[in-house]
Amino acid sequence: MSKGVAITGMGVISAIGNNVAENYISLVEEKKGISRISRIDTVHHDAIMVGEINLSNENLEKTLGLTPENNYPRTALLGAIAAKEAVKNAAIDDINEYRTGLISSTSVGGMDMTEQYYYKYFEDSECQKYIDSHHIGDSTKKIAEQLGIQESFITTISTACSSAANAIMFGARLIKSGKLDRVVVGGADCLSKFTINGFKTLMILSDTYSTPFDEHRKGLNLGEAAAFLVLESDEVVKAQDKKVLAYLKGYGNANDAFHQTASSENGEGATLAMQKALKIADISPNDIDYINAHGTATRNNDLSEGRAIINVFGENVPDFSSTKAYTGHTLAAAGGIEAVYSILALQNNHIYPNLNFKTQMEEFTITPQTKAKEKELTTVLSNSLGFGGNCSTLIFSKKA
Amino acid sequence: MSKVYINSVACISAQKTFDNSTFLDEVIAHDSNVISVVSPNYKEFIPPAAARRMAKGIKMGVVASKLALQEAGLENVDAIITGTGMGCVVDSEKFLSKLIDNNEEYLTPTSFVQSTHNTVGGQIALAIQCKGYNFTYVHCSTSFESAVIDAKLQLENNEEENILVGGVDESGEHTIKVHSLINHIKSENVKSSELLKSNTVGAVFSEGASFSVLSNKKQNTSYAEIADTQTFNTLPEKALEKTALDFLKENNLELSEVDVIILGNNGDIDFDHYYDVLSSGILKNTQQVYYKHLSGEHNTVSGFGFWLASNLLKRQEIPEIVKLNQKDISTIKTVLIYNQYRGENHSFSLLRKC
Repeated sequence: MSKGVAITGMGVISAIGNNVAENYISLVEEKKGISRISRIDTVHHDAIMVGEINLSNENLEKTLGLTPENNYPRTALLGAIAAKEAVKNAAIDDINEYRTGLISSTSVGGMDMTEQYYYKYFEDSECQKYIDSHHIGDSTKKIAEQLGIQESFITTISTACSSAANAIMFGARLIKSGKLDRVVVGGADCLSKFTINGFKTLMILSDTYSTPFDEHRKGLNLGEAAAFLVLESDEVVKAQDKKVLAYLKGYGNANDAFHQTASSENGEGATLAMQKALKIADISPNDIDYINAHGTATRNNDLSEGRAIINVFGENVPDFSSTKAYTGHTLAAAGGIEAVYSILALQNNHIYPNLNFKTQMEEFTITPQTKAKEKELTTVLSNSLGFGGNCSTLIFSKKA
Repeated sequence: MSKVYINSVACISAQKTFDNSTFLDEVIAHDSNVISVVSPNYKEFIPPAAARRMAKGIKMGVVASKLALQEAGLENVDAIITGTGMGCVVDSEKFLSKLIDNNEEYLTPTSFVQSTHNTVGGQIALAIQCKGYNFTYVHCSTSFESAVIDAKLQLENNEEENILVGGVDESGEHTIKVHSLINHIKSENVKSSELLKSNTVGAVFSEGASFSVLSNKKQNTSYAEIADTQTFNTLPEKALEKTALDFLKENNLELSEVDVIILGNNGDIDFDHYYDVLSSGILKNTQQVYYKHLSGEHNTVSGFGFWLASNLLKRQEIPEIVKLNQKDISTIKTVLIYNQYRGENHSFSLLRKC
């Protein structure tokens, strides 16, 4: 088997908790974080439900110790909180002691501020500080500042809903190739009117709690979140006698090349991504104990992903569930928070139920795990699929 | 570890660079603070119905990628890696202004769908039916370099054989207006030839797309070898020379072996001094070249720098228009590229004759 990359830290903030411990409690207690939207004034208030983080920007700024003249959009605030938790969890005192990089990801970046001040910029010089925090690399710059990463390699990936999974994948390549000793990887996305209205025009937002893999699913709930992992080389792990949380064993990215937003009905892209990841991990489908599915609860995704899972696993589909019913679909951050949930599943030998499922889908016979299940887990696969046909798979394992 | 070659170049810029049968033979003298690209005939490459729905950035990206494939003699590639600093700003602005103006009503999905940062990469994949690895890096002035670094890793390790790598950025009306407000754009028009003498803050904003096929197989269309690319999120001026020297040392090169240095001067009096550190310091006696008077400034304009370096190495000639000083060089073997934007996101790249 090929060697996995050590994961030594993780951090997350989402609608079901402000840190890793709180997220795990919600997952185990089956507490959803889905509600009517409160922080954004939108005409769609009564027509949608979202996974909103229960902290204002002021709260987040205070936690980070920022002064009032800061120009952090919400994505950067959330990202900084989660990245700092990950670095602390990895017991890193001096971030520049080793060659440390940052690969973040986001789809909206500073859009929350741009949409508030779009015309106001021309009248009020005070809000102009947010002009330069619109472009999405800015949130990564700010997270690097918060972590103290200097004179190093940082970059941002934006491949829609597979972004954070791709950041993790690229981070693993950088460690494996010896370009970096340590890399903080993940993603962040806040809710914005831009995305709410965008998904609304595509008619894929549910007016109630989302129901992944259910025959009567009505669409997704949008959510906001940030999550980061710390990946470290074997040399650093050995030199510092680091506790390894899990290993990233495999990864794969493929393109559906079918449609700008829709997935192909046969799930070709997702099939290829899972097969590549299994190949890199050098394991067989039978070795996967649990799949944390992308499972957005749109008609298109769940059908396409379900078929892809059948393509790869045939008659022996492992336990699978989507955690989107807990958190909403957190877009670029989704692959990050689900990486954290996959590692927590491994650590606790606990499979989370696919909430809100009632009716079997007609197109196939596979059924998500609907009840929490305790089971020895060694290897977990996580999917993230996005616009632009972008399909990504990560495989996490207890074994190196 | 395999070597990585640039097997084709396709550059759409404020000069007529998309035609590789010429090399800056005729230069357009711009006199503005915002400049547009010289467009190829998009209709030759994209069906008109599809082209009508596409913003300029998507068209530039798709066409540049097709030109790059053509020159490399390929129908398809193993992977597509794109860099863009601002993404699809035209569609973002279109969707957002409608959203605000109509209070979230009467919106249609097209511009939202195309506003996604990986639209260009996705559209290229769709056009050539490439089901391989497809990443988009969006990181300010090192977006293009991030794409190069990723591709290079995969080619060096023989994971893939041919990767389409490019950078694309388009100008958006609102984006230009707000960046003028904060003086990132020069407030006055500047003649191309006077750019470095402008003595004012801000840059001349522009747009463009440049794509190349990078490969671990050298072929007769190969322009150069990419020996190394590194980026730095921060770099104090005082660390610049040492960083450049370390970069060369890691590549087993002496300073004297650098034949040409390509600098990213954009005429911004607040930030061009980073380039001055090198051009009046350790690289004082090296042939210095600049290009942003021809291309303008945008987040992936370093793709133009790569295009220029590739051509210098392949053609073994340096057009007078890009020279900052006059040095005698018999053979151009090694070209160093240094770029930064507003004092952040610095990059060094090393290209070699192959």
